[in-house]
Amino acid sequence: MVEVTLWAGLRPLADHQERVMVEASTIRELLRKLQDRYPGLKVPFKNDVAVAINGTIYRDDWSQQISSDDEVFLLRRLAGG
Amino acid sequence: MTFDPSYKEQGLKSVGTRPLRPDGVDKVTGRARYGADFNMPGQLVGRVLRSPHAHARIVRIDTSQAEALKGVKAVVTAADLPDQSNGDAATFAVLDNCMARKKAMYDGHAVAAVAAIDASVAKAALKLIVVEYEVLPHVVDVDVAMAADAPVLDETVFTTGVEPAPKTPSNVANRSEFGHGDVEAGFAKADMIVERNYKTEQTHQGYIEPHACVANCNSDGTADLWVCTQGPFVYRQVCADLLGLDVSKLRVTSSEIGGGFGGKTHVWAEPVALALSRKAGRPVKLVMTREEVFRASGPTSATSIDVKIGAKKDGTITAAEATLRYTSGPYAGMWAELGAMTSFACYDLENVKTVGWEVVVNRPKVAAYRAPSAPMAAFAIESAVDELAHKIGMDAVDFRIKNAASDGSKSSYGPVYGPIGIGPTLEAAKSHPHMSAPLGENQGRGMACGFWFNFGGQTCVDLNIGADGTVTIAVGTVDVGGSRASLSLITAEELGIPYENVKAIVADTSSLGYNDMTDGSRGTFSSSMAAISAARNAIQVMRERAATMWDISVDDIIWEDGHAKAVGATHDNLAPLSVADIAAEAGNTGGPIAGHSELVADGAGVSFGTHICDVEVDPETGSTRVVRYTVIQDAGKAVHPDYVEGQYQGGAVQGIGWALNEEYVYGADGRLQNPGFLDYRIPVCSDLPMIDTQILEIPNPNHPYGVRGVGETSIVPPLAAVANAVSNAVDVRMFHIPVSPPRILAALNAQAKG
Amino acid sequence: MTSIAVSTTINGDDVEFLCNADETLLDVLRNRLGLMGAKEGCGTGDCGACSTIMDGRVVCSCLVLGAETQGREIETIEGMSEGQDLHPLQAKFIEHAALQCGICTPGFLMAAKALLAAHPDPSEEEIRFWLAGNLCRCTGYDKIVRAVQGAAAEMRGAKT
Repeated sequence: MVEVTLWAGLRPLADHQERVMVEASTIRELLRKLQDRYPGLKVPFKNDVAVAINGTIYRDDWSQQISSDDEVFLLRRLAGG
Repeated sequence: MTFDPSYKEQGLKSVGTRPLRPDGVDKVTGRARYGADFNMPGQLVGRVLRSPHAHARIVRIDTSQAEALKGVKAVVTAADLPDQSNGDAATFAVLDNCMARKKAMYDGHAVAAVAAIDASVAKAALKLIVVEYEVLPHVVDVDVAMAADAPVLDETVFTTGVEPAPKTPSNVANRSEFGHGDVEAGFAKADMIVERNYKTEQTHQGYIEPHACVANCNSDGTADLWVCTQGPFVYRQVCADLLGLDVSKLRVTSSEIGGGFGGKTHVWAEPVALALSRKAGRPVKLVMTREEVFRASGPTSATSIDVKIGAKKDGTITAAEATLRYTSGPYAGMWAELGAMTSFACYDLENVKTVGWEVVVNRPKVAAYRAPSAPMAAFAIESAVDELAHKIGMDAVDFRIKNAASDGSKSSYGPVYGPIGIGPTLEAAKSHPHMSAPLGENQGRGMACGFWFNFGGQTCVDLNIGADGTVTIAVGTVDVGGSRASLSLITAEELGIPYENVKAIVADTSSLGYNDMTDGSRGTFSSSMAAISAARNAIQVMRERAATMWDISVDDIIWEDGHAKAVGATHDNLAPLSVADIAAEAGNTGGPIAGHSELVADGAGVSFGTHICDVEVDPETGSTRVVRYTVIQDAGKAVHPDYVEGQYQGGAVQGIGWALNEEYVYGADGRLQNPGFLDYRIPVCSDLPMIDTQILEIPNPNHPYGVRGVGETSIVPPLAAVANAVSNAVDVRMFHIPVSPPRILAALNAQAKG
Repeated sequence: MTSIAVSTTINGDDVEFLCNADETLLDVLRNRLGLMGAKEGCGTGDCGACSTIMDGRVVCSCLVLGAETQGREIETIEGMSEGQDLHPLQAKFIEHAALQCGICTPGFLMAAKALLAAHPDPSEEEIRFWLAGNLCRCTGYDKIVRAVQGAAAEMRGAKT
């Protein structure tokens, strides 16, 4: 199981939880299972999410592996200049 | 072939050298073609009519007289750009910003446009368009816009991110929050607390080239757009969405770009030019005037930021808190949220909380500007940090070093950091000769740190090997500051051939797969990743061709120093084959040789910088001169150090302009009073000293050569570095950027009165 | 509108053109003569991207009327190199990485050329004030100043 921390904007869409436990080995699986559980997350997950694994932020590479002791954060996908 | 992007230490021959850039001759001879330097047969001139009101309902638009004018070929209004956003608020905002629908939301908002046979007819036609406005109360100030009695811009905006959800609309679009720990408990442990409000004014990216395009919509549904943009593929997608075109039938060619800095990541008049061309049945050239650029293309947020930081006498920060209010123009963005995320990212904090408020106002739609939202937050935080260091009697650098984030620190925006570069930049600043150089009368020294998230993204590169063994690479990231040179260096390095044998070009959208924009400091980081991958694929092909030529197994062939070499006891008498040798035989060994790569470049890694600034303030006039400036930043690996230095220097000077002079000035009527370079003063050559740079190279583990994006971070520290220097020069703290002469004089007078 | 016939010299060549009374030299160069090296950054004489040299003086070509150039000598960026040989300023701008986006470069080169004609050995301060009418948003000017210093030294025959 991976512990995932949600950014504040997502929490109302996930029963007001800050952290949720998910069984997942990749970002893709993680996002899929989360939105299956909380359908409200589908919209922000569509093109508004980035995933930090142990501090490295992934915006696109949903094939990244996750292990159970990784620190996983969902962040807003950022704009740049 | 699976691409492994991880860093491997190796001796480098090309990367790190400073060869001449491939587009240099074109640019010094005036031959390089920018947005306005392209023409098509039968082309019309497009012009846009803009609202003179900050906030007004559009009651009626009568275009009949303009349409009747001889030489006018098309007039468009919002009716010619029907809403196809399907409820997507972000797309609708782009559409409404391109052409106002029911209301003009800011001074300069487009309400109609014409295409005519020449500029004078187009100008005359604009005067014949009758727009009846019902002028509405407006608001441009962020704090005023948040007040309960402020005029509400948009009745559909209900603050998100607050509980319970509000029942009435307001100008506050969103609340965001970041942090960890218990700030109240942290402040209770502090020996000293600094609590201040800071303000920053709205600035513009100030690229010298105004937005320009030539649009051509054909009757068969195909279309072409020549345009200065940081992202031709993104422009293609957005324009196709707004106009209902097939993506693959719209070909976007990016011209040479005359500066962007984030401002050319968003569409402005391009969809309007396409709509004009569609209606007129002829190509339309639309070039903004400088006044239009200021009034109607993207500035930054204006901000009001509260900061509270507490520390113990030994210099340990016990708690830090910030409330950040950012204007977003008339449409909500995520600007405050970005500010809230970046605020305290330089520090290792037990208790931290940041809250961002996104506020809509009657100003132009905010656009990204180099590390968007971070410089304002850094100004507030780094000013307070500096003041706190001063109050507890600690050296400003030592105080920051004591509290700097490092490997394992929990970042203020959430995740725990891996190895990061803030500590090394601070240590470099501490030991830099600038830090101990003597200061003259009325001079002061300031320093500040800055943070930015870099990113990567979708990227592809085509690498083709010519019959003579020279190589072209076609990339999809627009070259804004020398990336064709850096990408050629990387390609030469990977193939093992001379830099001069590689030519890089920027491809149009019909010639290459999709690429994200040149933003997020990603140009060289991402496209070099794809170039390396493409080169490795080409090497694989060349090994196979060499195997065919030699009639041996490809497993017995290695690639070394730009040559295929046969290994193993049975083959060692074979002379190595160069790229040229293999290319010469390509026609008979399987055809043209190429390497392609389509990938997602992720793992860009966060970026930190530390700046040192000396200023001299004239106490009589409040005029401030920067007399010495040093930028220290981690580049991971500087591919072409000249252009890395250029990014550091350019960002620093943009920040200096923001700190000292640049601001949008609005009248009581909500109209912009300084839409020109005379009154919106960006730094000129005589304002500045040389900008010293120190490039640190701490390899990025997620890039084969350790490269990190370098484009944006350099604009983050200067606002605070300059303000801290001014404070140290004249012994008054400055809380409002820009610290223009009137503001400094007012602060000095207030201090004199006690 | 009645056009005005103008005879002038551009980069040493005799040139004749027709223009309207309200047309600027910049409009004429770009739209009538195909000389697009001068850029319009502002149209109000604030940015210097359209700098050209008229009778030896740097002018913003957006502030000169086409009709005013009758009988004058105009130099533009297109006339700066001799055949394939770059002017030392052009070469030094590339060598010193004095351009990023390059939109301001033609204007800077024209202004710097006039500077070195008037002051072959300028101080850093003279360079900075002479070029203060040309805006660059990319470089922070550091490498531009160094390129001009390098070109000045080379043109004086000194070692850089």
